[in-house]
Amino acid sequence: MNSFSWFYFPARLAWRQLIHDRTKLIAAIAGVLFACVLVFMQLGFRDSLFASAISAPTKLNGDLFLMHKQSEAMWRPVPFARSELMRTFGHPAVAEVSPLYLGLTWFKNIEKQTKRTLMVYGYNPEAELFGLDTVITQQRELQVKDTVMFDEYSRPEFGPMRELLEVGRIETEINDYTIRVIGLFRMGVSFASDGNVVTSDQNFMRIFPGRSLNMIDIGVIKLHPGSSTDQVKIDLQQRLNEFITIFTYDELLEYEKKYWSNTAPIGFIFGFGMVMGLVVGLVIVYQILFTDIVNHRNEFATLKAMGYKQSYFVRLVFATAFFLAVLGFIPGLILSISLYHLAESQMFMPMPMTFGKAINVFMFILSMCFLAGFLAIRKLKDANPADMF
Amino acid sequence: MSTVINVRNLNFSFDQDEQVLPVLKNMNIAIQKGEIVIMTGPSGSGKTTFLTIVGALRQAIEGSVEVLGQQLINSSEQTKVSIRQQTGYIFQQHNLLKSLTAQQNVSMTLEMFNDMSEKERLDRATDMLKAVGLGDRLDHKPDKLSGGERQRVSIARALAGRPKIVLADEPTASLDKQSGQEAVTILKHLAKESGASILLVTHDYRILDIADRVVELEDGMIRSN
Repeated sequence: MNSFSWFYFPARLAWRQLIHDRTKLIAAIAGVLFACVLVFMQLGFRDSLFASAISAPTKLNGDLFLMHKQSEAMWRPVPFARSELMRTFGHPAVAEVSPLYLGLTWFKNIEKQTKRTLMVYGYNPEAELFGLDTVITQQRELQVKDTVMFDEYSRPEFGPMRELLEVGRIETEINDYTIRVIGLFRMGVSFASDGNVVTSDQNFMRIFPGRSLNMIDIGVIKLHPGSSTDQVKIDLQQRLNEFITIFTYDELLEYEKKYWSNTAPIGFIFGFGMVMGLVVGLVIVYQILFTDIVNHRNEFATLKAMGYKQSYFVRLVFATAFFLAVLGFIPGLILSISLYHLAESQMFMPMPMTFGKAINVFMFILSMCFLAGFLAIRKLKDANPADMF
Repeated sequence: MSTVINVRNLNFSFDQDEQVLPVLKNMNIAIQKGEIVIMTGPSGSGKTTFLTIVGALRQAIEGSVEVLGQQLINSSEQTKVSIRQQTGYIFQQHNLLKSLTAQQNVSMTLEMFNDMSEKERLDRATDMLKAVGLGDRLDHKPDKLSGGERQRVSIARALAGRPKIVLADEPTASLDKQSGQEAVTILKHLAKESGASILLVTHDYRILDIADRVVELEDGMIRSN
């Protein structure tokens, strides 16, 4: 046998046997499709969580970032003394330092008067800590007392801000303090906050009367061009108090991601859901392949009596597994793409269907089907012609 | 005439619950090329067991079973597969693959060998089905065929590979008198045409007339030869 017929003949028989019983085929495809959609959704939610969790730090403008050692993540910082940040000025490579103040508090929906929690970012607008175009162009207006800018990508429960601003309804309350929304920017929500507001450091203190300019949440350091970030980090570590952690930009993003995947159980939950989806799919496909072998035992024994080798049936089972994987994956992918769109439009979570993700899931599904095939093959030994006739 | 099956002093027993049940006792039989031999005997006399040993489906360990010049006693898997491929086996039930058409079923015999193109295989299958009188049933699946037609498809399947030996295990058992007679007549005709030997096991006494020789198996021994 040449290599073509080596696989082609058992695959063709597998295909003919599959399409012979349409009802069973549809049930089998539905099983794989189910596993496929489950894995896609879990993966989608998890990736979306990671993407949105770091939507704020991703936009940060800086080379080094100071945080209190006890800060588990940006959304729940432990404030530290501003003087720690100022001490870094002693290093010749440090060009600029600016404090960033963070606070979670409620924001009143202008239309419905309902209150919902969002994240307030306070910093000197001239420092341009966030790479948000509209905030940078409106930095002068943001210096004015009691002004804020609002994240357009916040959840709709805060109200249709764009429409409200257009008709001049810009006054509302944050933390019982009346402010005016003077513009919009685009950042994105995370699992920690449903919305974002940017304001000046002075206004931040007015919104949060309990806070002081001397206790900051994050210190942002910009270095002179050409200086080594890693070297400055090492130098600063020796100068600063031991309760300060220094991050580079990449380290900060990694730290945030790690919080959501490890410290918060959310990463685990989605990973677990994905594994469960695969296990359920595995059991379904195994059941299908297993009963398939049992049902065709007589036919396999006949073929064996005619001179077909055991390996032919192994290829046949794997071909069946392959066909099920492909036939279940294609509708699974289509369904998942529409569910992703639904999630994006209804839940405002970024859920992109990337080529890499599709390939990954297909590989998962294929290995799942092959593993099921591998487990089912043992049943082939029962197809012994001498015992059957 | 050359001997295609030569069985000498064959003993065979089943091990069941630590009990040894002898089935074949010191059996001797030789079948020549082109010969049609019918083996009869009461059920439980070991006919089918004997057939599965000669067809290389069952491993025997005592005596000598030479089929087409190869020794099947304590044979390797490779030897067994090779004998199976050179043997046409007709089962008591038709044992056709129910997802395949008549033509595809017959073609399965030829797919084991890589010496034909798909068209040649299908043409040969068509010819074989015409020869068994089913030229108009090529695309029918087994569930659309009558019992007699199914058995004729399985005869076509057994003979499509031009085997030197055809082994048949009660091929008429599930057929009525007329279709049973038809099936074995076709079988005899095709075998004579290609010079194949037939060993047919049956207790259907209506078909004994097609045989060149009838042997009776009783209690694991050949009684009349």
